[in-house]
Formats: sequence, C-alpha cells, structure tokens
Amino acid sequence: MGMTISQKILAAHADRKHVEAGELLNCRLDVILGNDVTAPVAIAEFSRLGLGRVFDQESIVLVPDHFAPNKDIKSAEQCKIMREFARDYGIKYYFEIGQMGIEHCLLPEQGLVGPGDLIIGADSHTCTYGALGAFATGVGSTDMAAAMATGEAWFKVPESIKLVYHGHASRWVGGKDFILHAIGDIGVDGARYMSMEFTGEAIRNLSMDNRFSMANMAIEAGGKNGIIAADEITLAYIKDRVRRPYTIYQSDPDAVYARVIEYDVTDLEPVVAFPHLPENTHPVSQAAGITLDQVVIGSCTNGRIEDLQAAAEILKGRRVYPGLRLIILPGTQEIYLEAMQRGFIETFIRAGAAVSTPTCGPCLGGHMGILAKGERALATTNRNFVGRMGHPESEVYLSNPAVAAASALTGQITPPWEV
Amino acid sequence: MKFTGKVHKFGANIDTDAIIPARYLNTVDPSELARHCMEDADQEFPNKVKPGDIIVADKNFGCGSSREHAPIAIKGAGISCVIADSFARIFYRNAINIGLPILESPEAAAAIQEGDTVEVDLESGKIKNLRSGEEYQATPFPEFMQGIISQGGLINYVKEKTES
Repeated sequence: MGMTISQKILAAHADRKHVEAGELLNCRLDVILGNDVTAPVAIAEFSRLGLGRVFDQESIVLVPDHFAPNKDIKSAEQCKIMREFARDYGIKYYFEIGQMGIEHCLLPEQGLVGPGDLIIGADSHTCTYGALGAFATGVGSTDMAAAMATGEAWFKVPESIKLVYHGHASRWVGGKDFILHAIGDIGVDGARYMSMEFTGEAIRNLSMDNRFSMANMAIEAGGKNGIIAADEITLAYIKDRVRRPYTIYQSDPDAVYARVIEYDVTDLEPVVAFPHLPENTHPVSQAAGITLDQVVIGSCTNGRIEDLQAAAEILKGRRVYPGLRLIILPGTQEIYLEAMQRGFIETFIRAGAAVSTPTCGPCLGGHMGILAKGERALATTNRNFVGRMGHPESEVYLSNPAVAAASALTGQITPPWEV
Repeated sequence: MKFTGKVHKFGANIDTDAIIPARYLNTVDPSELARHCMEDADQEFPNKVKPGDIIVADKNFGCGSSREHAPIAIKGAGISCVIADSFARIFYRNAINIGLPILESPEAAAAIQEGDTVEVDLESGKIKNLRSGEEYQATPFPEFMQGIISQGGLINYVKEKTES
C-alpha cells in the first residue's frame, strides 16, 4: 500500500521505510519555532529540565512578532525572556526587531525551511511551510520545550484528505479563496487530526505566495498539516534561499486517502468568511454592502509581496473611504523594502492608509488596530472568532487582499471588479 | 485518577480565543490567566467556577491557536477534567502535555447537562452522570499518555524518565 507525502516525510524522520495512518512515531525534527507568546512558556518548561544546553543551536528559530515591537510592559518582559535565552544558549536564528518579520513569512523567505523537512512550531499557523512540500505542524509550548532538549517529537501518523482543484481561476481569485472555499465546504473540523494535500491544475498554476496562503489556513479546517508537492515553482522560490540539502516527495499513486474532494475554480468568486467562524463563507457578491469601520491587509496569511501588489493595484491614485481606517502590515522587512522600491508604500500612504512595521498585531487582537465594541472589520487574516480583533462585540470578516482593498475605497464589502 | 465535579456545559467549536483571549497573553501566570478563563464564551465563568468542576463541550473544543495558555487557564481555574465530543488536535496535545485530564465521548457530551454532577475514571475512561445514573465509555489513553498526565505533564514525565 502506497504512502502520502506526509506519511513519507514522517517515515523518513523515524528511519522507517513504511508507516501507516494511526501509528505513533518518534521523529527527528529539522526546525523548531517559537514566538514571543509561546517561547517564554517553553523556556520556563525547558529550564526545569536543568540541561544548560539545547540539542542544536542552528535548528531553533525564535521570532518576536506577536506583541512586538513590545506593545506594553508585560510584552516587553516576555520578549526579553526570549532575547536573553537566545543569547545565553547561542541560538543562531533569533531575529531582533528591525530584522524580524511575521514568522511564517520570514522563515521561508530566509530559506530556513525547505521541501521534505519536518518542522514543529509553537504557533498554529506553522502549517504554512507545507506550501514548500514540508511536513509542518503547530504544537504547544511544552512540545517545543521537549523538542529543544531532544530534537525529537512524537507524532500520530495522520490520514490524508486530498483536495483536487481543477480549472483556471479568474483574475480576482487566488489561494485565499481556494482555502476559504474548502473550509466553507468541510467545516472548521472537517480535517481534524488529518493532513490536507492540495493538488490539481489550479494548484500547479498557483504562485508561491498564493500557496503559502492556502497551506497557512489548513489549521482553520482542523488540519494537522497542509501540503503541496514541491515542483518547479517551489524550486525557483527556494533557489538562492535554502542552503542545506532537501528532499522532494510525491504521494504514491496507490496512496490511501480518507477522502478525495474535487473543486472546479473556473467560476469561483472571491470568498468572504462572515463572523464568527472561517467556515461561514459566502461569495463576495453576497457580502456586498456590509459597511466597515476598518480594513486590515497583512498577516502570515496575506502579508507577502503579491498580496501588497494586489492591494496597490486597486488603491493606486485613489483615496480610502472617509472615516474608514485602512491598516497595511508588510510581512517582513524584505517585503516592506520591496514594496517601497516598487512604489506600493507611497500608493498606500497617498491613499490614506496607515502602514506598519511587520507584526502579527491586530490579527489576534494584540495591538496596531484593535476594534471597539460594535465595530466591524474586513481583514486578510485567518480567524474571525468572537473577540479575535478586539472587543467581544466587534466583528471580523475575512477575504483576499483585492477584496479588502476595494472595500477600503467604498467603506463596504465590495467586489474588486466594481471599483 | 478519579474526579467528581459539577458540570459547566459549552457548545461546539469553543476556540482558544474564547478560552483565553489574546489580550491576556502577555502573561504566563496561571492564576492571572484563570481570572479570564472562558470569559468571551461566558463572562461569569471565572466567578462561578469552583475547584474540581468539570467542563463538558460539544465537538472541536479548543480549535484555533496553539497557545498553551488555554489549557493552563482551564487548569488554573481548578477544572479537574474536560469532556468533549471531540478536541482540536493542538489543544488535545497541549492538555496532555501540561497534565490537564481530558476525555473524548460524543455520548457523554450529548447527554450531560449544565449543573449535573459527574464522576470520571481516567484509567478506564468511564464517565458516570450522578444525576441520571447513566454511564458512558470514553477511549482511555495509551499508557504513556496516562503516565504524562499522572506526572503532571510532559516535562515532569521526561525528567522522571531521564533521572530513573
């Protein structure tokens, strides 16, 4: 019986030729990630082991991005714990303010993750790296602590759902819409404990930035990981970035799937998720007219250069709707710089947007754009749970960057072809 | 490990932002996190929860973020056990790793009501509703996971193993 890509990566990291869904494996890890919210908890737990050293100084990545640049005194203390740990334990990949970015934009950009890797991160959106053909999954702080000590973690080999995307998407439709459409179809627990494997013509034609958006939201369907087999688009992206050996895996033709779902994206409209779950999806035309107080463009889902380009093309030479707050957060310093060189930042500022240094910020209700009671936002982020961006009685709608930019011009949710 | 406690009942897809909103994640202190536990799902919860109480919820409990602050807040609030139709996977892993007992039982999650008193035996996976007398069987944990929970979490378990 054949194996899926996910099963092959887990098998390879446990020195096994064959594994089957449901088996428990102890696996070697290539990368272990933490941020300013989760790493301090992991560091406290790690310290209780009394080891005085980590298993490998080059396999641990620490990024202050959630409440950084420090939003208040308590956050400053958390960031300080991580900074001092990185210094004391000689962690090679600690990214200080000024070099950092949103972790899931930063790690692929810096070439720290590659095809065939096994990666755990104390952040649920660690599944983003599956876009490179890696097995990447979110864990908690204690798993991170144990992994920093041993370089290993235990995994239950997951079953896989294969999602096949056929057809050619229209101009305004991309990876964000593909994944929201699937979450709307299978629900926020539709892939619980399972691997989501994205394939088909529409995926093969998708850029890396769009693939990252898709894999990023596998967790929003409850998935353990999301994965796309590496191809020439992947190889072009990792060239000059990934400087260590990597392995490209393909699922076997006779691999067993718990479920195969097929979509045709040819007539798919941009998708909007209504409050308060990512599964509450509607075509943008059905959302038209919903008035907004704030629009956020950024996050580990949609803070990459193509996302900013899509927004800039719509905002160029126009002004944000009076009274609406448009906040744009480039995902990393490199993305910020490229956006500046290509004139996007000037477009944003002339349009009346606030442009921020990279941070997770408002996505999780941290800082840089918190909502008051009764306020409503449209965001290119990944979650719209109750209170996610601020007051428990505020509302968050989710969309792609083109819909978000168009809506910022009109003050209400608007299809991009209407502006 | 056996527990008896009064039930607080919750619905489906209780996410980690409802369990502990991100605005409180600038601290890792369990008692401070406990003061805001479940407040976006039920504002009164932190005031009415008593040590030993049990949470019973519908499917996909703990979906969303990987924040370990979520099971820490629940444990800090004195909850002895969480029973759900199903758990989101990162929450499931985190709960075991910090030593918060959890059990999956769709039957128990459907039948048990707010205010009921239930008795839980973690080793056997047996759940008894002391109001109705009904019993439900959850799948018990494999031995190594029970070991982690009874040691109070993964780090204690690893320490115990490496020192013995």
